[in-house]
Amino acid sequence: MRGIFSKRRMTLLVLVALVAVLPLVFPSGYYYRVAALVWISALAAVGLNILMGYAGQVSLGHAGFFGVGAYAVAIGPARLGLASWICILLGAAASGGIAWLVGRPILRLKGHYLAIGTLGFGVLIALVLTSEAKWTGGPDGTSVARLAVANMRISGPTAWYWISGFVLVFGAWLALNLEDSPAGRALRALHDSEIAAALGGIDVARHKLWAFVLAAVYASIAGSELALFDGFITPDTAGFLHSIELVAMVVLGGMGSVLGSVVGAALLTTLPQLLTVFVEYEQALLGLIIMLAMIFLRLGIVPGVQRMLARSAS
Amino acid sequence: MDGFATMAEFLQFAFSGLTVGAVYALVALGFTIIYNASDVVNFAQGEFVMLGGMVTVAVSAAGIPLPLAALFAVALAVGVGVALHRLAIEPAHGASPVVLIIITIGASIFIRGVAQIVFDRQFHKLPSFSGDAPFVLFGATILPQSLWVMGGAGAIVVVLHAFFERTILGKAVLAAAANRLAARLVGIDTRLIMTLSFGISAAIGAVAGILVTPITLTSYNVGTLLALKGFAGGMLGGMGNPLGAVLGGLLLGLVEAFGAGYLSSTYKDGIAFVMILVVLFVSPRGLLGRRSVERV
Repeated sequence: MRGIFSKRRMTLLVLVALVAVLPLVFPSGYYYRVAALVWISALAAVGLNILMGYAGQVSLGHAGFFGVGAYAVAIGPARLGLASWICILLGAAASGGIAWLVGRPILRLKGHYLAIGTLGFGVLIALVLTSEAKWTGGPDGTSVARLAVANMRISGPTAWYWISGFVLVFGAWLALNLEDSPAGRALRALHDSEIAAALGGIDVARHKLWAFVLAAVYASIAGSELALFDGFITPDTAGFLHSIELVAMVVLGGMGSVLGSVVGAALLTTLPQLLTVFVEYEQALLGLIIMLAMIFLRLGIVPGVQRMLARSAS
Repeated sequence: MDGFATMAEFLQFAFSGLTVGAVYALVALGFTIIYNASDVVNFAQGEFVMLGGMVTVAVSAAGIPLPLAALFAVALAVGVGVALHRLAIEPAHGASPVVLIIITIGASIFIRGVAQIVFDRQFHKLPSFSGDAPFVLFGATILPQSLWVMGGAGAIVVVLHAFFERTILGKAVLAAAANRLAARLVGIDTRLIMTLSFGISAAIGAVAGILVTPITLTSYNVGTLLALKGFAGGMLGGMGNPLGAVLGGLLLGLVEAFGAGYLSSTYKDGIAFVMILVVLFVSPRGLLGRRSVERV
């Protein structure tokens, strides 16, 4: 598919249309809230997809970066008197910096060793956030000052729906551009075979590292958004289970597909909202759904559907 | 502090480290057995430990004698392990490792969710098997239950070793781990071997859970952290190496106990992960890991 209907343009078009049209069918403010949560998770998932889907490197500790972004906007304004929007940038810079520092040794690992390395790293960040109670409020979490621009407080589901929607479209646009760039092709090449990519003149270590840094920055910004939106944050946002949730979003939606990451995030974010009717059974049902989805939709939803459409077209 | 007190303190940390380490070792061993048979990293391994403890508590609370309750708990865990293989892992045959990992994590969330409905969200205790009067050794105290944990872990390792080295079925498991296709060609039912491995692994986990519950208590969500640490222990020793798994688990328990004792107890749970990161940075395939040659 070439020209105006290239995959990249179509994906962006679908996303913009979704963000613009959905409010027309929302019966109440609650829907804005859930949709904002979806856009925020989707941003983190789109970022993680750069690392997992493009470069083929798994990270089981990515919620750690999400937590860094979230706590940056919690601690910065309250303790250091900085403006919230500066703290978003500082958090993103810190996440990127940490990813750059630990990425080189961690990304040398392969397969299950990479999984345990990133997992351990994520657990450590969550542990620091839980233990340094003086700064972070400890396991019970801490409140977050609302975002203010030019003395105007920005809060409420509707405002955050538009902010998170815009940031997601922007993030998706960057990710889609990356996919078709020389760097994106290098990432996909090393995904298929690191040795072949290296023989083709690609600096494998450097490309993996930048994918890791980029994914960390995406997660951090998503974390900042969530903290500012909710006005409250706990160390669970940086925890192992949240990392798994992020990975599941990417895999469920379809690895390598930006739209897939958004679909995966939408499913895993709205499901618990639907399941609150069965509070008791929420965890059991969530586990069951994750298992069934992974068993029967191995390729992920979006690539799976695309393949089905392609088959029926030919 | 004089020399004797320092020595007693050191021994105390060593004993508690070996006790916890024995549990990590059993979890790591369970990981390794399933990994060798099926290449699956089973994150639901910690749930077997939880089931062992929780089911024993529930059944013995109903008036059944402890040994019978424990036996029932192990049998139930084995049933869950076999079901996990037949209903969740086998249908996903040929899926990528990440997908398989997520399936087992889904399974662990599911098992935890069901446990929370069937039992409750409280902490539970079992009575110690042979009293609570501690032994004193060079000034350090050891609970009798610690000896049960260490002795139980030792017995399991010995029995497993005998099973793998002395029985036809055990050798079939090793053969299937070494080369699945070749094993099938000589007539080994690899599907049965995989199910067997999940069963053995579940039994080991459940026994660990039963042994350690009198010391650490149990609740529906003890599995997660145990699975992470057992995984770390297995990695530390080198994935796929049963001896490495046991050593890695013990080492992890020791380092954690000494770290908590001498450095910081706040970061006790972090020590395992700092250690695994350091070890992996120095030797990316674990301490006893096989050097692998990549085919291009």
